[in-house]
Amino acid sequence: MENIEISDKFAVQMRGITKIFNNHRALDFVNLDVKKGETHAILGENGAGKSTLMNILYGIYGADSGEIFINGRPVDIKNPSVAINHGIGMVHQHFMLIEKFSVMQNIILGNETTDKFGVINTRKARKKVQEIISKYNMNIDLKKKVRNISVGTQQKVEILKALYRGAEILILDEPTAVLTPYEIEELMNIIKNLKQDNKTVIIITHKLKEIKKSSETCTIIRKGKFIDRVDVIGQTEQNLAQKMVGREVKLQVNKTPAKPGEKIFEIQNINVLCDRNLKTVKNLSLELRKGEIYGLAGIEGNGQKELLEAIIGTRKVESGKIIMNNSEIQNTSTRNVLDHKISVIHEDRHKNSCVLSMSVADNMILTKYSKKPFCVNNMLNYEERDKFTEKLIQDYDIRPSNCKNQKIRNLSGGNQQKLIIAREISNDPDLLIAVQPTRGLDVGAIEYVHKILIKLRDQNKAILLISLELDEILDISDRIGVIYDGSIVGEFSQEMANENNIGLLMAGGKTNEAQDN
Amino acid sequence: MLSNILIAISITLMYSAPLTLAAIGGVISEKCGVVNIGIEGMMSIGALAGATVGYFTGNAWLGLLCAGISGGLLALLHAIASINFRADQTVSGLAINLIGPGLAIFLSKYFFDGAALSLPVPSKLPKIINTKLLQDTKFANFNIDISVILALIIVLLTWFIMYKTKWGLRVRATGEHPAAVDTLGVSVYKIRYFCVIISGILAGLGGGTVTLAIISQFTPTAISGQGFIALAAVIFGKWRPFGAYFACLLFGFSQALVVILGGGEINISSSILAMIPYVLTIIVLILFVGRSSAPKASGIPYEKGSR
Repeated sequence: MENIEISDKFAVQMRGITKIFNNHRALDFVNLDVKKGETHAILGENGAGKSTLMNILYGIYGADSGEIFINGRPVDIKNPSVAINHGIGMVHQHFMLIEKFSVMQNIILGNETTDKFGVINTRKARKKVQEIISKYNMNIDLKKKVRNISVGTQQKVEILKALYRGAEILILDEPTAVLTPYEIEELMNIIKNLKQDNKTVIIITHKLKEIKKSSETCTIIRKGKFIDRVDVIGQTEQNLAQKMVGREVKLQVNKTPAKPGEKIFEIQNINVLCDRNLKTVKNLSLELRKGEIYGLAGIEGNGQKELLEAIIGTRKVESGKIIMNNSEIQNTSTRNVLDHKISVIHEDRHKNSCVLSMSVADNMILTKYSKKPFCVNNMLNYEERDKFTEKLIQDYDIRPSNCKNQKIRNLSGGNQQKLIIAREISNDPDLLIAVQPTRGLDVGAIEYVHKILIKLRDQNKAILLISLELDEILDISDRIGVIYDGSIVGEFSQEMANENNIGLLMAGGKTNEAQDN
Repeated sequence: MLSNILIAISITLMYSAPLTLAAIGGVISEKCGVVNIGIEGMMSIGALAGATVGYFTGNAWLGLLCAGISGGLLALLHAIASINFRADQTVSGLAINLIGPGLAIFLSKYFFDGAALSLPVPSKLPKIINTKLLQDTKFANFNIDISVILALIIVLLTWFIMYKTKWGLRVRATGEHPAAVDTLGVSVYKIRYFCVIISGILAGLGGGTVTLAIISQFTPTAISGQGFIALAAVIFGKWRPFGAYFACLLFGFSQALVVILGGGEINISSSILAMIPYVLTIIVLILFVGRSSAPKASGIPYEKGSR
């Protein structure tokens, strides 16, 4: 790839950016060129350094070496303040919003319109914000508290924050990770409007579909190194994936038709309350057979969390039954549930699946430390633990291969997830509940996790897959149920399901409408 | 009867003034995300500085000023430890609580020939209702210290700045989500330093009003738990200036009870009576604790660029 000259046709140019964290080269001489008014994607796996590069552009980190040019002029971005002054705005992956504050307060924070003595003049500020809102056709109630608005709206607030500060260059870090299909559509429209307004947009992503939808050019980074800068038109998803991962990847999941056996798990008309004592799971029933993957699709907050907690015994079931292998397990202890050969891969692996400050080996026996051979006469047997850990590290190709005594915190997200999956599957469960098992993983790791789930199914196990990623549900489930407002509102076989009929039910549409689609 | 009620009101207000100043300090510090359990220590050093300067200069106002400064200086230590060096804020505050009273007694011995208590100040802080005027009326027992007014002004001012101005917005944001504030180009460190030092100044003033308005000299027991009661008031008052103020009035009233019941007809051991404010504090904490209204990032050191 030829060297692009520094010129004022480019909104952002970065040259030879290098950043070292604790002896690890997070970025190694990376270049970036983004033309004015274009939408540019930065593609790379998790941990490739995409966010680090953008955090350097926004002044959150300083680069160890390299230069940055804005509109062809060299700049020294010491802190976010300088970046904002150069017209750069950034929407972080984890939103930088204060939940207790109103939308309005969040937008003006740090750049308040005031009268004498620093007294905030809300009216003046509101006028300015309203102008932007109507220009970009967003629908936002400025008075609402941020904690009371949806994630999609929160993202709009973040975009508004940047535009309010006069951003000409907008960085979006993994903007679709938390959105529903409909919200993604909305976001794409906003990006289109921004483009029409001649704003430059940089999108960090590892989702190939969205690059094709949103961007004109794309920079690919792999393991902190610049790989290529390409025009998106003329690239296939397969091509891009290959450049990103560095080897050939299968985007389509290969699996044979399921051969479901006898019924193993059943939920009968359960009702569950949420933290605020509202009925959140309503008369929900479903059943699973051996040798099938049941995908539960739905938008976040429709009772999935409460359903899971009810199954694993951390939340009370108000009425109804949960039956595993012919015995009722509702309202017993979590240990009893696990003893009925149910294993869980939790959505938030840091919060629910591992202890970050403990070693890989200790985490590996977390669900069986009290059982033989890991524990004999109340004493832990470290030898058995280590033997077991080494075996799973090898079987599941967890890297680095000598990580046994390292803290699990130091592993990459993909390898942490591999470890958790390895551990849960080693329990030889009859039912595996996988909640968002590929959350935050890159293409290569996703492929791997899907393969394992299918392999487990082929060993005649039942799998309940709860996911917000519709693609994932459609790709690997044998049967699909849609949860909406705490109930299953439709069930489909894999052949009958598609993005339209499932998507409609997820958004609260009626079953017959969905079937017409 | 009337005179008893008036005495009760006077004493309640008098005792609640130092608590209020200290509690508002606590509110400000917590609002920006730094837990300040060192208030007790800052009050102690303020009490000593106030009495000492008040004694040597004969000017109670100068004493009060120095009380504030000394509290602020001690708070600076807490700020350096907990903001720059990201020390555990509880440990740092605990250290302040050990340093404060120790240093106060040491300095007292230095200035007052080895005595752990200071000599009485020649003039206390003035009272705003002139008792001479009311001497022959029913209101003879009613008087209000200037410190009471000072505390009320501080409450009003803090509320106004916290909820009406851009600085307040930034302080509250810093206590909730410092990374958000940082990414908007506002310095988290500056805000936290400023608030912690203000917090210390107010705690120092609170200590100063004890020795300059209530007991007129420094003694080793002048500050005995008021700092912790003020902290309880912060929680009881749900981290809001007026909430904390009313909580302090309640605690002040409990101290008034000690005085009134102690001088009354009923025969109760003074040791038992003296326990009232502390018992009340524990009861209040048991009933009203819950961090639901606490600033979210309170107690968590902020590291730039951490995820």
